[in-house]
Amino acid sequence: MGHIVIVGLNHRSAPVEIRERLAFPADTIGDALRSLLSLPSVSEGVIISTCNRVEVCVLADEGYRGTGEVKAFLADHHGLALPDVEGHLYHHIDEDAVHHLFRVSSSLDSMVLGEPQILGQVKDAYGYAGEFKSIGPVLDKFFSKAFSVAKRVRTETKVASSAVSISYAGVELARKIFGDLKDKTVMLIGAGEMCELAARHLLNAGVKGIMVTNRTFERAVKLAEEFEGTAIRFEEMVSHLKTADIVISSTGSPTFILRRQDVEEVIRIRRNRPMFFVDMAVPRDIDPDINDIDNVYVYDIDDLNNVIETNLEERHKEAGIAEDIVVSEVASFRKWLDAQQVTPTIISLRRKFDEIRAHEVAKALSILGTDDPKTCKVVEGLASSIVNKVLHAPLMALKNDGDGRDPMELVPVVRELFDLTDGGKDRE
Amino acid sequence: MQTLLLKSTTILYLVGALLYLYFIVTLRERGARLGRMFLLIGGFLHLLGFCMRFVEAGHTPITNLFESLSFFALVIVGVFLLTEIRYKLRVLGAFVAPLAFLFSLLSAFQQSEIQKLNPALNSSWLPVHVIVLFIAYAFFAVAFAAGLMYLMQERQVKGKRMGAIFQRLPSLDVLDEINYRCLTIGFPMLTIGIITGSLWAQNAWGTYWSWDPKETASLATWLVYAALLHGRLTVGWRGRKAAILAIVGFLLVVFTFLGINLLPAGKHTYAALNG
Repeated sequence: MGHIVIVGLNHRSAPVEIRERLAFPADTIGDALRSLLSLPSVSEGVIISTCNRVEVCVLADEGYRGTGEVKAFLADHHGLALPDVEGHLYHHIDEDAVHHLFRVSSSLDSMVLGEPQILGQVKDAYGYAGEFKSIGPVLDKFFSKAFSVAKRVRTETKVASSAVSISYAGVELARKIFGDLKDKTVMLIGAGEMCELAARHLLNAGVKGIMVTNRTFERAVKLAEEFEGTAIRFEEMVSHLKTADIVISSTGSPTFILRRQDVEEVIRIRRNRPMFFVDMAVPRDIDPDINDIDNVYVYDIDDLNNVIETNLEERHKEAGIAEDIVVSEVASFRKWLDAQQVTPTIISLRRKFDEIRAHEVAKALSILGTDDPKTCKVVEGLASSIVNKVLHAPLMALKNDGDGRDPMELVPVVRELFDLTDGGKDRE
Repeated sequence: MQTLLLKSTTILYLVGALLYLYFIVTLRERGARLGRMFLLIGGFLHLLGFCMRFVEAGHTPITNLFESLSFFALVIVGVFLLTEIRYKLRVLGAFVAPLAFLFSLLSAFQQSEIQKLNPALNSSWLPVHVIVLFIAYAFFAVAFAAGLMYLMQERQVKGKRMGAIFQRLPSLDVLDEINYRCLTIGFPMLTIGIITGSLWAQNAWGTYWSWDPKETASLATWLVYAALLHGRLTVGWRGRKAAILAIVGFLLVVFTFLGINLLPAGKHTYAALNG
């Protein structure tokens, strides 16, 4: 059977210079998996590679040897010297490895606790391993279990319930104001990175249209093309405001570009249909007094940061519950793993004794030189009765009948005492 | 039997309300599902009791305070269940179910014997006038609950303090829409209720309108909802203003319904509060 081993590095163990050098781009994963499987003690392997972490998960004959081989593989594959990277690598074996992967896929080990991408990335890694046939029954079961644990964490805790990025917090707030965003129009004033990101989130959320305006009109046209929206001249911004439900602003203007009376006028024309202003600019673009108008909501960058902080606190409170779920799932997966280890040991133990019995019976019969059925029967009966009686106690111990001890402790002892070396291959 | 049925639903409504409150605190779906089940069963038994009482009394049993409070609770439950189906808004239950329980509880404290029908009420106008009004009131009750929720949620969004309530309450837009929908159904029914009452008055008392306290209060209620509907349709009142008016309107409804009965004289005092 073997041991589950994970060797990896993440945003805590390694700086970005190391992470980027040890990453596996998607187009090289196939080769990497192939050379991973060619390691002497490795029989199954999966490679997870994201910008924040690399995790190489293998099924190895022996835990510590596997660890060393995989670490050397990580360095070799990227053309680095092992001593240069070893300090940034961590490794987990067996139960620790199970715990680690469950935490990673549940996003409990992420830089932003609860961020949802990691599960997709682990699923991708699992997909590659399937595609390049580097995954076998044990890791398959392991990863499937990791996905179900992640799902349980997501449904049973609020670890991932609220937005923790500024651009996404804007979308979440818009949803609380407008409910459905399908028939809503967005106006982007100015073009900053955050602004664009927010616009993309809103498009994903299904908004109807986007208007883009900028002091340099060409820039507005370019952005509008990108979002399949309409470009608007900066001077005409206020007159188009009446059709915008959500306004996201990030200009470099030193003064407010929207004053209270502008918006009071607009909201009257809109017959009080709500408006949501997101001011990403510093210094601010939108007069904060506008927030006092009924049905108008203004959030600046600090407000959004506060929202995120509250959400993060909430997440950290929930993380405890999530960790408990992970621990209980590790225990249940361990049971499965143990059963995988005990059963092949029992099988190979039986097989070994059967071989000895058959061999000795044949030997005895040939010495006796008789084919008298009665003699044959007596000799065979004697041999199998000795074998069965001798085997009875160890088999019962392995099957854990009664005394409550962990049969797993016996597996290596039994293997060593009876010299069972072929255990891992028995399962095929 | 029917009295027992009518009174025992109070407990079912209480359990339903508690389950919905459990749901809003813990966000466990099961709370809302069970809560709805209790309201459904309660409402069904309640309706059954109402029909049995109808048969036993020989007239629509909405002639004294026990009966009308009980009936009001039933209609609130009915309208809430309809709204919940339409908007899938389970949190609403945490606000409306306690209202249904409250009215049901109030009724349980009233004298519940079937009384001989006051001759003045012996008319086929009775069921029309009263039932239509109660349905209007129930829609206003839901609008009231949505209004409270709107004010709470708006406070969170406007004040930028995202507490536990923020996560639990629905979007402002949905709450405002419920306010509007309830108004568009409740207001015509209120109008019909008042008109049928007026026709009945002409029939029974020989005058369409006699400015008795209940009539005056109804008119005030009608004016509040008329103003709200008018404001919504012409200048686009919505949001906070609409929520506040829906709350004021419902308080007037409760006053018209119960408060007036505390006043000594008036033609409508068939159903004085006990004690």
